[in-house]
Amino acid sequence: MEAATETLRPAAVAPPAWRTNLATIAALMARARNELLRVPGAAIPGVLAPTIFFLGLNGVFGSLIHLPGFEAGSYESFIVPVSMLQGAGFTGAAAGVNLARDYEQGWVDRLLVSPAPRWVLLGGNVLAAAARAFIPATFVLAIGFLIGVRWPGIEGLIVCYLMVAAMAAAAACWGSMLALHYKSQSAAPLMQAGMMALVLLTPAYAPLALLQPWLEKIANVNPVTHVVEAARQGFVGGVTWADTWPGLLAVAGLLAVLGALALREMRRTNA
Amino acid sequence: MVGALGARSIRQTFRRPQLISPIVVFPTLLLAIQTGGAGAGIELPGFPPVQSFLQFMLAGSMMQSMMLAGNSGGIAFAVDIEMGFTDRLFASPIPRFAIVLGRLAGTAALGLFASLWFLAIGLIFGAHIEGGVPGALLAIALITASAIAVGGIGAAIALRTGSASVVQGLFPLVLVVLFLSSAFFPQELMVEPAKTIAEYNPFSFIVEGVREPIISGIEAKQTLEAVAAIAGIILLGLGLSASALRHRLRTG
Repeated sequence: MEAATETLRPAAVAPPAWRTNLATIAALMARARNELLRVPGAAIPGVLAPTIFFLGLNGVFGSLIHLPGFEAGSYESFIVPVSMLQGAGFTGAAAGVNLARDYEQGWVDRLLVSPAPRWVLLGGNVLAAAARAFIPATFVLAIGFLIGVRWPGIEGLIVCYLMVAAMAAAAACWGSMLALHYKSQSAAPLMQAGMMALVLLTPAYAPLALLQPWLEKIANVNPVTHVVEAARQGFVGGVTWADTWPGLLAVAGLLAVLGALALREMRRTNA
Repeated sequence: MVGALGARSIRQTFRRPQLISPIVVFPTLLLAIQTGGAGAGIELPGFPPVQSFLQFMLAGSMMQSMMLAGNSGGIAFAVDIEMGFTDRLFASPIPRFAIVLGRLAGTAALGLFASLWFLAIGLIFGAHIEGGVPGALLAIALITASAIAVGGIGAAIALRTGSASVVQGLFPLVLVVLFLSSAFFPQELMVEPAKTIAEYNPFSFIVEGVREPIISGIEAKQTLEAVAAIAGIILLGLGLSASALRHRLRTG
């Protein structure tokens, strides 16, 4: 009789894979958010460093604005998107450091034996970093407005925050790749220095035409130059599609390359 | 005893990449980026006559590296305290001041290394040392002495807190002090309020004392001001270290 009832009862339907994957990504993002809420002090270095750089660079190099050919309204408006992107770079690198810590403590091993696909595990970490990057970016921008940064307009603000989030995601891919390769938090300086170099080897301090020839050559081939210029356009002029699409293409390329490398390391881990 | 502890702290730093990399990698990277990015600044009216922006920046990079060396020395000292090594030294029949001086000897060696590193980079990339060999030796001596001064403050904080993470947390402060000095740009061309703060920042006097032999030649005024600033910071560092040492011995 019981057997007959069993056969009549509809079989439990497993949720579709995409829904399970989204739920896993959301859970990993919630874990990152909880870390932030439970240890708020952990976010301070990521906020402090770009703020110090922003105020420091503005105080030190502010008179560069008087150079012929420097056509931004003010140096603080010129430099603020760079500091926001720098904050994104630090936040992404911190995601790599946290992953290395999780590996050292055995948490990554437990994730790897779960049925979640590797890209989902990476995606949770990367998207959490992208969301977290809004904190230092907003803090730096608020300080910037207080000292006279020009209002970039809603379009300029949206493009800038889009670049910040994408840059943080790319930095998180870079940090995750190194974390999974070295499996140690001692790789942290490499994660941070790599992102710092990528963001600053651009027209970060001055327009392309005023850079030293060697840096101008590097900036011309560095894809982050397009990201900086897309993020900056609203602060120094108007937003145009011609200045936006190269930035979108650059972040898409960075995410594709660094994401693929991070995924390869994740697939190799404990394979 | 000071020599043995100093040699130990030097070996410790060079064996741990996380201690040596901030002293070398970060300031070198920033030197390259700032030289390339803000190099056109030498064309601004009021910029002192220099051969190149790299020549101007060398003193600032040496200062940055030296201050990070002081911070790294403090971190290593705090790690020794956390691991109980310092307690074993306290229990042994050696003078207490030798424990601090040994650490400072190691930090001084790192300052020496930092000055040699950046002078070598400058010479490789075409910067002239206008003061010649005596000028280079003076710059090296001032940076090495400054490392002792900054290391004294790092050691005092390590002794007071006994926590490596607290000393590590001072890293942003190093950047603040540097940005609020004339390390990276002439003080006259800086923007307020950084300009006024830099005028009174003792690290501005030190950096000018190191810069002068590189960009023009040895000047008695700048040298004496730098020596006075270093002496003041050494006295402050040693005073704070002595107080922190007494506190640690009293409280355990």
